[in-house]
Amino acid sequence: MKVGVIAVQGAVSEHIDALTQAMKSEGIKGKAVPVRVLEDLSDIDGLVIPGGESTTIGRLTLSSGLHGRIVELAQGGLPILGTCAGTILLASEGDRQVKDTDTKLLGLLDMQVNRNSYGRQVDSFEAGLQIAELGRAPFKGVFIRAPTIEKVWGKTEVWAKYQNKIVGAKKGNILALTFHPEITEDLRIHQFFLKQIES
Amino acid sequence: MVTRLSEISNVIQKKGTDRLKRGFAKMCKGGVVMDVTNAEQAKIAEAAGAVSVMALEAVPADIRARGGVARMADPKKVREIIAAVTIPVMAKCRIGHIAEAQVLQALGADMVDESEVLTPADEEDHIAKTGFTVPFVCGARNLGEALRRINEGAAMIRTKGEPGTGNVVEAVRHLKVMNKEITSLKQMDDLQLKAKAEEYRVPIELVKETKRLQRLPVVNFAAGGIATPADAALMMQLGTDGLFVGSGVFKSKNPEAYAKAIVEAAMHYDDPKIIANISEGLGEPMAGIDTSKMEESQKMQTRGTN
Repeated sequence: MKVGVIAVQGAVSEHIDALTQAMKSEGIKGKAVPVRVLEDLSDIDGLVIPGGESTTIGRLTLSSGLHGRIVELAQGGLPILGTCAGTILLASEGDRQVKDTDTKLLGLLDMQVNRNSYGRQVDSFEAGLQIAELGRAPFKGVFIRAPTIEKVWGKTEVWAKYQNKIVGAKKGNILALTFHPEITEDLRIHQFFLKQIES
Repeated sequence: MVTRLSEISNVIQKKGTDRLKRGFAKMCKGGVVMDVTNAEQAKIAEAAGAVSVMALEAVPADIRARGGVARMADPKKVREIIAAVTIPVMAKCRIGHIAEAQVLQALGADMVDESEVLTPADEEDHIAKTGFTVPFVCGARNLGEALRRINEGAAMIRTKGEPGTGNVVEAVRHLKVMNKEITSLKQMDDLQLKAKAEEYRVPIELVKETKRLQRLPVVNFAAGGIATPADAALMMQLGTDGLFVGSGVFKSKNPEAYAKAIVEAAMHYDDPKIIANISEGLGEPMAGIDTSKMEESQKMQTRGTN
């Protein structure tokens, strides 16, 4: 199995480390690799769009031609995991900030996102999340200048909620989270994603 | 249903933790933080793909030329910059100036740079940063300085380089010194590590963690003298996590083009063909200074080394 991590900018090595550990714990032979140019997308079985700055990642995936190819691959069934900025880019609709910065969204999930929904960095927080798919033990949600998912429609479903806000959404093989599992020691979400790739 | 106590405590919200502070810095990795002095420049930086902007009164090259005491930017300016862009806004305070840092935190700055570019307010001590909710970045020339700052609570380190010179030589020196000192920990036994911890004046656990990770335990950016896309690529190849560009963008003849090119260079640092393409016809970079001919008293990097 080969999983790519979009390596424009952001928490790239953290996702690569988490995927590598999750593969090991699940007994999956494979590797996680950074994706910078089109050729890097040619033979991957899954893709992660990490957290970082959505304006930066959006702009550079567009100028490097990755944007269009990601859309094609997703439509062909490629499993994708987006976290924070990655989730903003996966959405079909943004808020005023997304429009003002002319950020071109991938539009792969039927959902509307609200950037920097909780405020500035001093408002960033950690909180335990109850996520049905992960079992009873809470998952440490790390929200850093995080967005929220305002609404989902069509085939996109709510996957995780925190205090009445949607913080995770899923459609088929595409999972979007507004928090950062890659900077916790908990591998359950990466393991869940790898199982999606395998199935 | 019985809810265990551990689960309740897990649901309680926590702010200002080390994980959140260091995590914010991690989200900046691979990106470029640009110095800006007003809202218009901030918008140019955002449009070019900067991961963050640094709000300050004047870029280092102008601070150098102007002389006198350099302080935190006017809060009005910080507010205007925050209102102008959606990306995070960092701002500089003077070394040891707790009150300036408090003001910047209250204004909503996303990170505070306790910076040697401004005139130090305390020649003995840096700010005790763990007590703040906002994360801090600090400059360092070597591993000892870096670990002292981390021990005080810095969530991010950057090389000091020599700000406002457009000369990358000092940033290269500082990054290589740090890398070499981290590598040398590999060969050390517990007794030698203890001696190092005493020399650096930090807890031995921090030295051991650095030895084990073979890198700083926080994100480490390059700063001080980066002026061209090739400079950006050089620092990335030397292993830095990202870049601060001070005077390099807005002291060049064509800020929009330089800003864009340096952002792309940070991503494609190991692809010389792409670096060649984006470097083509950018026009004049900022004028530079030969740091080897500078008087010691003119250097900013020797500030705040305690």
